[in-house]
Amino acid sequence: MASLDPRIRRAEPELWQLPERPLQPLEHWQTYEVFTLRTRGGHAQHVGSLHAPDDEMALVLAKEQFARRSPCVAIWVVPTSAILWTRPEDEDLFQPATDKSYREPQGYLHTRERLEKYRDRLKPIDP
Amino acid sequence: MYGNLTLRPEDIENWGKKVHEEDPEKLAEFEARIARGEKIEPQDWMPFEYRRQLIRLIEQHAHSEIIGALPEGTWITRAPNFRRKLALMAKVQDEVGHAQLLYSAAETLGKSREAMINDLLSGKSKYSNIFNYPAKTWADTAIIAWLVDAGAIINQTTNSKGSYGPYVRALERICWEESFHLKYGYDSVVYLATGTPRQRAMLQDALNRWWKPIMHFFGPPDNQSVHTEKLLKWKVKLATNDEMRQQFLDMYVPKIWELGLSIPDPNLRKNPETGRWEYSDPDWDEFWRVINGDGPCNKERLAVRRFAEERGRWVREALRSPQARYVTPLA
Repeated sequence: MASLDPRIRRAEPELWQLPERPLQPLEHWQTYEVFTLRTRGGHAQHVGSLHAPDDEMALVLAKEQFARRSPCVAIWVVPTSAILWTRPEDEDLFQPATDKSYREPQGYLHTRERLEKYRDRLKPIDP
Repeated sequence: MYGNLTLRPEDIENWGKKVHEEDPEKLAEFEARIARGEKIEPQDWMPFEYRRQLIRLIEQHAHSEIIGALPEGTWITRAPNFRRKLALMAKVQDEVGHAQLLYSAAETLGKSREAMINDLLSGKSKYSNIFNYPAKTWADTAIIAWLVDAGAIINQTTNSKGSYGPYVRALERICWEESFHLKYGYDSVVYLATGTPRQRAMLQDALNRWWKPIMHFFGPPDNQSVHTEKLLKWKVKLATNDEMRQQFLDMYVPKIWELGLSIPDPNLRKNPETGRWEYSDPDWDEFWRVINGDGPCNKERLAVRRFAEERGRWVREALRSPQARYVTPLA
């Protein structure tokens, strides 16, 4: 059957061949990470990554890719290479090395107990 | 749009041969995390075989999206009216966008986009077999948008409960967009089914031609091997091919019958005792023949992709910045 695809019906035989040189690294450009704001006043949230040749094109492509349907009022893009990140295996970095209850509300659970215990001391101080 | 991960006989053969020695402690910890329902992220430790199978799965899925845009894309110029044309363009754009999301997810596992495209163009990587069949009439686009996308949604919703974070997040976004495809497809089918006798005949003809590829869509019955078990345990595969096919038949056969269409399989019926659908053997020889390159449109589909890559090359090159540096996407 003759093809229904106009590209194929017009196609020259060389189109059926593999390109002589396979795609080289970076022919599909570098990566960007994309963040969107769903509403004004919210936090920007990471939604994914894409390939783009430069910053401006990254914004254009990010709009097509991530803001076509979902609610979105603003987009941020940043080259992936510009992001510094900690490794998941280093997550203990975020655990306090010593008891740091003094900086948590839970570190102050016994105030009322002391108040009750020494209630008799709460007389007005005579001058 | 994508069927299920299909294990080819050679994959199973090679599995045992290239056993990658894994640290048993790390492996146990990894499996425990998956069992607890945690997601695996790109920088986490993972077994070699998990990474290999995921790259293959996500890459095949991505290729299926861009190749899947072709059978429908050929009908944009001949859509029956302007609204249908706009809707079809939106759908085709979605499919290409899905490929972008999926390529990014696969890249997080360490294979570059260029390497994936090269493997698609050379025929080394596969894509969903169903797109090697032609869309001969407008009714074909309706059947594809309704039933093939329905199959894809079942598959993708199932996979979205998987263990690999970037793939799961891409699928959640994809499923959300596919719900428009399904509605659009059903609307197109119902329009033809409630139309003139010629429109009804065109629709029935399209269904007749697409039924077999649709039955192939979820892949051949899984052999009950330890490999399938391992993929299920690692939540790379979430359901067997047959389970998904049964789910599809359960959901869509009644809807097809409701339209007064007939399904071209005299043996199709739901066994009231087992609660499972029975059907004629959908010719798995043909399935393997087409996967291996001998389908009605295999050459043409790859030719269009080669055309696009080769003719777009100078544009991409002209835009490219010499300072560009490739970094694997983070999440």
